[in-house]
Amino acid sequence: MTTAVLELKDVVKSYGDRRILDGVSFGVRKGETKIIIGASGSGKSTILKLIMGLEKPDEGQIFVNGAEITRLKERDMVPIRQHMGMVFQESALFDSLSVRENVAYRLYEVDTDEDEIEQRVRKGLGFVGLEDAIDKTPAELSGGMKRRVALARALISEPEIILYDEPTAGLDPVTSRKINELIIALRDINNVTGVFVTHRMRDAFTLASEYAENGSGEVKFKREGQDLCIANTRFLLLRDGKIIFEGPDETLRRSEDPYIKRFLA
Amino acid sequence: MPFSLRAAVKEIQDISFLTARTFVSAFRRPYYIRDLLVQMESIGVGSAPVVMLTGFFTGAVLTLQTANTLTRFGATGQTGYAVSVSLVRELGPVIGSLMVAGRAGSGMASELGSMLVTEQVNAMRALGTDPIKKLVVPRVLATTVMMPILTIAGDAVGLLGGLAVSTFMLRISTNQYLGSAFDGLENVDVFGGLLKPLVFGAIIALVGCHCGLRTYGGTQGVGRSTTQAVVNASVLILFFDFLLSRLILNYT
Repeated sequence: MTTAVLELKDVVKSYGDRRILDGVSFGVRKGETKIIIGASGSGKSTILKLIMGLEKPDEGQIFVNGAEITRLKERDMVPIRQHMGMVFQESALFDSLSVRENVAYRLYEVDTDEDEIEQRVRKGLGFVGLEDAIDKTPAELSGGMKRRVALARALISEPEIILYDEPTAGLDPVTSRKINELIIALRDINNVTGVFVTHRMRDAFTLASEYAENGSGEVKFKREGQDLCIANTRFLLLRDGKIIFEGPDETLRRSEDPYIKRFLA
Repeated sequence: MPFSLRAAVKEIQDISFLTARTFVSAFRRPYYIRDLLVQMESIGVGSAPVVMLTGFFTGAVLTLQTANTLTRFGATGQTGYAVSVSLVRELGPVIGSLMVAGRAGSGMASELGSMLVTEQVNAMRALGTDPIKKLVVPRVLATTVMMPILTIAGDAVGLLGGLAVSTFMLRISTNQYLGSAFDGLENVDVFGGLLKPLVFGAIIALVGCHCGLRTYGGTQGVGRSTTQAVVNASVLILFFDFLLSRLILNYT
């Protein structure tokens, strides 16, 4: 069995008197995408922030690529974060920078050569279909375009792990579909490990039931069926700070648990 | 109760911690020179008009009031002396700093607060940047460097305002006003007049950044942080003005 790239062990996190996560444990294997679902305020985004080291747990341990990051200082998190990317819920693009500067941000930080920056920014924006927006500012972009730029920014350093915090929240179905396809392509073609947080079941089931194939230079998306069953995407359902379900979409759909049935309805 | 001793102690602890982290970060790579220059331009050049305008009227009104008092003692000729000492020692640094606190300090709190509530600060951290180095250090350095320069400009324009009033309204000759103004100034006055804005500049930026970076509660929280930044910086400027004045007067 492949060892976990990401692992949480008995993680507890409280804000004030409210316990958000209460002994959460799970692992994500290389190339796997874990879809975390749950009601608003159930601690989904907190899990991502804990993995990224943006918040510290009150109890428990967190491992990234086998290294424990639970008590690491901000300075020591920098090399760990170089292997990770994160797409924030509201994009979190830097208002004062152009699309080019936003996407290239990480490259500027490590003094990358200007020509290489230009090439990689164009490649990244090309992947999300926004090469034309390179000189625009975030204020000139629609919500969907901002999410795609945020995805390009997260991808610029070719991370092994990407954390998606409700990347399709508030978007129309067409734009959501486009973003879901990008995430599926990253998972199946680039073998990127992912944690996808959402409360939109439609998007979650799209990720769990479709796969990408790179055929003759063009990426094609297909539904799983008799020929192929997607095994690299699993669900994790949170309720009151605890994991009440972990497994594939087929098991989730067949669950007889009244809360799960109500949640999926 | 909005104010408690515990909250005040926590506030002092937090701002002391930020000050220490800023100081240490200023000497560690990477150095954000471009951000520093942008902030120097924004704080220095951007605040110059308001500092000079307030300096002009401060000098003018100070001259009017001082001359009025000195006339009673038959010492109108010493107006320039009293005005220059008051301006350089006290009013120039304090009023200029209060203006910069209102303009730049509030701007820092609102900008950083907005970045925090829209998760831009977290995004910055996720991209491997220390927000203290990238956001706080350039602002603190820029304000600390620019504040004495702004004060010199404010003092100079204040003396001109005083000169205008003394010449055109009080009929004191230019030579007499300027002569007594420069005779009155000693090295310690100039030293104190430059030390104060240096300290006040650091206070403005540290308080502005501190209030911005602990914003909570969305856009309403940004407004609250902005107000707190101006109020806290103003109170601290006046408090440190007292301490520094006491310290400097010990050496005169």
